[in-house]
Amino acid sequence: MLCQNCQQREANVHITKIINGVKQELHLCEECARENNEFNINIMNPFSFASPMSFQNILEGFFEMMGSSYQIPEPITCPVCHQSFDDFKRTGKMGCANCYRTFNSEIMPIIKRVHGNIQHTGKVPKRTGGILKIKRDIERLKEELRIAVMNEEYEKAAKLRDQIKELESKLDK
Amino acid sequence: MLFKNHSSDIVLTSRIRLARNIDGVPFPQKLNQEEANKVIKDVADSILNSNSAIAHEFRLIKLKELKPLERLSMVEKHLVSMDIVNEYQRGAVLLNREENVSIMINEEDHIRLQVIYPGFKVKDAYDYANKLDDLIEEKVQYAYDGKLGYLTSCPTNVGTGIRASVMLHLPALTLTKNINNVFNTVVQVGMTMRGIYGEGSNAMGNIYQISNQVTLGLTEEEIINNLIAVTKKIIDQEIKTREMLFEKQSAEIEDDIYRSLGILKYSRMLSTQECLNLMSKVRLGIEMGIIKDIDVKNLNDLLINVQPATLQLIEGRELDTKERDIIRAKVVRETLR
Repeated sequence: MLCQNCQQREANVHITKIINGVKQELHLCEECARENNEFNINIMNPFSFASPMSFQNILEGFFEMMGSSYQIPEPITCPVCHQSFDDFKRTGKMGCANCYRTFNSEIMPIIKRVHGNIQHTGKVPKRTGGILKIKRDIERLKEELRIAVMNEEYEKAAKLRDQIKELESKLDK
Repeated sequence: MLFKNHSSDIVLTSRIRLARNIDGVPFPQKLNQEEANKVIKDVADSILNSNSAIAHEFRLIKLKELKPLERLSMVEKHLVSMDIVNEYQRGAVLLNREENVSIMINEEDHIRLQVIYPGFKVKDAYDYANKLDDLIEEKVQYAYDGKLGYLTSCPTNVGTGIRASVMLHLPALTLTKNINNVFNTVVQVGMTMRGIYGEGSNAMGNIYQISNQVTLGLTEEEIINNLIAVTKKIIDQEIKTREMLFEKQSAEIEDDIYRSLGILKYSRMLSTQECLNLMSKVRLGIEMGIIKDIDVKNLNDLLINVQPATLQLIEGRELDTKERDIIRAKVVRETLR
């Protein structure tokens, strides 16, 4: 097998890295392995506790793996904090909460890789969570209303409409 | 058998950290001084001007108003992070009287709430952190998303924003090199482990921190229960290894423990590394019931007091390396007398 990096020398360093259940394999020649920033410390000392495996280092690895398909055609910046996705690649930090929306399609695969999951199941803040719950309830009721109208169940539809109005008035407060 | 072996001896401290951000405000690294001050004010108000009894326990410390040594000493006490000290112009911390709860403001996230309890009390620490979190939220609207949970500056913290950790004293696993297996196992179950003191594999004082890595997709309770389960396993391993070592070499171990105590009690110069390693042996002696007349609390205090910045604060002036070694030995002598 040839080295994945230089494609010239025989690969004689084989690295398997498992982060949160995501397996990553790398086959390199000794020279490339030594130069590879992400792994070199661990080759010399596999049990180094404070290995410099920062999130940025791992990020670089992700982007390398994702390859050219991951290039964003036009540079997007977040309308709230004006951070670009390149800034994120460099620092590993989002600029503001809205960045998660702006860079949604880019960030979700990374979050999935880091956590093995993309759905929060933990604590819901009381206030913010309350609003979210109402919004979700409204969406659900609107769907029911649509079905009721379609089935010409007008009495039920009227009730649903009142419920939606009531919830929407709560949101306006 | 000499062992008394309570798990709380092996677990020095349990720690919970919650990362939170304020809705509609860019993350701290994007803020100018004025905006950063507004965040400090809003978060401080949520605690200090709350109706809760907790309010009186806290005071606000602006990091730029501290001397550099005072800031570093707070890092050594694990009350603030090195990151916020590096950005001290915009950073502040709400600290309780007992100095076991700190709410960092404008670190990587607007709010980093941290509760440290002595011993193996991860759940208790979370309960208190959770209460404080609710109190802050009464006044502060958090950045929260139905899918991703609490939104944080770094995507590695999104979801629960929780980092639950324990600090463990593992001399036997370190001595027998079994610590490498522990390290590998911990990583496989989505957690990380690192030496608290020193760099690389050279973990001084045999003290390690284990914490969860994944923050999204699990509930706080699941994360905490996982940490507790893994920690219990490690404690079992450490105790078994201690028993095995003691069975084979009880005289050597006892000798080593008492010699270490002798050096700590009588030496005139101690480097950080030597000091931490000797203290680990004395701690082992206390935990195994060999040394009975030293309170483990003294060792816990020393763990902080022998660190460079705190040492210089105690002495009230800046010290060079040699002076530090002399003062360190003096502080240790006086504490163990």
